[in-house]
Amino acid sequence: MTRRQLKRWALRSGFTLLLLSIVLFSVYPFYYAILTSFKSSSELFNVSYLISRLDFSNYGAVLSQDSFLQSFSNSVLVSTLTVVISLLFGLTAAYALGRVDFRGRGSVLLIVLAVSMFPQVAVLSGLFEVIRGLNLYNNPFGLVFSYTIFTLPFTVWVLTTFMRQLPKELEEAAIVDGATPLVVLFKVFVPLMWPAMATTGLLAFIAAWNEFLFALTFTLTDDQRTVPVAIAMISGGSAYELPWGIIMAASVLVTIPLVVLVLIFQRRIVSGLTAGAVKG
Amino acid sequence: MASVTLKKINKVFGHTHILHDIDLSIHDGEFVVFVGPSGCGKSTLLRLIAGLEEISSGDLDIGGQLVNELTPKERGVGMVFQSYALYPHLSVYDNIAFGLKLAKESGETVTARVENTARILHLEPLLHRKPKELSGGQRQRVAIGRAMAREPRILLFDEPLSNLDASLRVKMRTEIAKLHQRVKSTMVYVTHDQVEAMTLADKIVVLNAGRIEQVGSPFELYESPASLFVASFIGSPKMNLLPASLAAPDPYTSQVAVPGVGQVDVAVDSQHLDAGCTLTLGIRPEHLELEPASGGENCLEVVNVEYLGNESYVYIQHPDEDELLVARVPVPVRVRPGQLVRLLIKPELAYVFDADGRAVKRTVPAPEVSTVSHA
Repeated sequence: MTRRQLKRWALRSGFTLLLLSIVLFSVYPFYYAILTSFKSSSELFNVSYLISRLDFSNYGAVLSQDSFLQSFSNSVLVSTLTVVISLLFGLTAAYALGRVDFRGRGSVLLIVLAVSMFPQVAVLSGLFEVIRGLNLYNNPFGLVFSYTIFTLPFTVWVLTTFMRQLPKELEEAAIVDGATPLVVLFKVFVPLMWPAMATTGLLAFIAAWNEFLFALTFTLTDDQRTVPVAIAMISGGSAYELPWGIIMAASVLVTIPLVVLVLIFQRRIVSGLTAGAVKG
Repeated sequence: MASVTLKKINKVFGHTHILHDIDLSIHDGEFVVFVGPSGCGKSTLLRLIAGLEEISSGDLDIGGQLVNELTPKERGVGMVFQSYALYPHLSVYDNIAFGLKLAKESGETVTARVENTARILHLEPLLHRKPKELSGGQRQRVAIGRAMAREPRILLFDEPLSNLDASLRVKMRTEIAKLHQRVKSTMVYVTHDQVEAMTLADKIVVLNAGRIEQVGSPFELYESPASLFVASFIGSPKMNLLPASLAAPDPYTSQVAVPGVGQVDVAVDSQHLDAGCTLTLGIRPEHLELEPASGGENCLEVVNVEYLGNESYVYIQHPDEDELLVARVPVPVRVRPGQLVRLLIKPELAYVFDADGRAVKRTVPAPEVSTVSHA
């Protein structure tokens, strides 16, 4: 083996090692959650690294709780509505900010960006008053409202950037064809913006799905909660027992929808990243 | 189909005055070409007619109706864009049908119109393809079809051929000419290519720096350019221009002194000019005749000869000018690079422009050539 080959081999194996450690670092917690979810409570503290036995009793326990199913459907409702509303507002705002020339466009974009810089805690108490004032306390729509506030800036920015890249002549062609701005937006631009919409929609969905602080603060009763809070509220038979198996089973269950969504939209996102040139 | 009238049209972007007092009338069924160098405002003028830009001041009439405030659709215009601007997500059929569907035409009308358009433009086999599966020429035809399908009163073309390669451009040029003969609608066409303008137009509008330099048929523009700008813009290779001064004003044949060439008689009416005033002498390459010379005045050196098969271009160095003079001569060529030649200029074939670049009136009418009419 020459020195050069040796060097190449060393480099390649070093790189592989790096990749493996990154994968291990990011996937292992989830793997251990799955592992734990299949253990009965007596086995919980036996350390093992392979699934030895499929015990679905934890899943059964989670799914038999009506409040968990209720939380799950709350989460689906809140996340979906957040995505739909922020995409709708995001698209229309992006059309104005990306395609229409008006005074103060740059400052509007900067303000939109600035809004997203406030930490959640900073606006929590103010938002709480707003939500109570709107009579949305302990109501999933209160969560939709607050999540949309935090999702919109990002959505608007990404969609504006994307919409700016679409050729101006395409819009003008549609105008000559007799299209109103709404027709231009929804019949010409939106079909070309699926990749951007899939990306932003997915990120908005994940953010809404995982959100904990607002969900905890703005809801009171079990039947209005979303899953992150519901999982945190799962308690054992006594104050000294944490039912890890059930918590892990619930965590795995709420992760599955996200995995499925990412897999569905993955191709769209990838094609969106590569198909930058939307040449007429 | 409709006529278009522009009255004192101005366009100002911020502090930039793009178009100055444009007056123009376009007749029903006419093929008008706006031509000029880039930045002359020709595309802006087209976009004003289309309704994509607002008119700063002036009146725009289409079919006798003031349309300043109307949308492109209400004006009844169709437009073909330089980059085609086809809707990438729609098939050829849907691209053509887009405007018709927006106009809420009935299903049968849409189908009939799309099919009719496709037949005229030979697009029938392509109707179910997406734009990305088409070649440049096909995309251009779809863009024309989309503009035509709504049966607009005026068809506008914004440099439609500049994205095509040279051979396809010639082919599409012929197709557009044929299309105009067939559908006979009013067409306004913008190009920076004077060959396209000459070959397509019934009427050429030469624009320079936001003003109309001259309006006329290709024949008029070539034979009697109104200004130095038009003279040098129309024609390829361009007209030879030499600084000169007026030796003897005369109502019929003026004597012009051209440094390096000598006294030249030109058939122009110069009696309103003073003797000695600065002029520019213009002579088209095909009118410049050469004769071997051995010395003295009017003796210039041939620097290059380009053989093109059917004719040759002879490039001649004027002692005081950077730009070479060009003569278009029939083959076989008798002169060689390095040889000395004398320029022969016929009085009725030369042009004279005054110090402001305006053409001095010629006294011998341009030879009557039967022009091929597009009508």
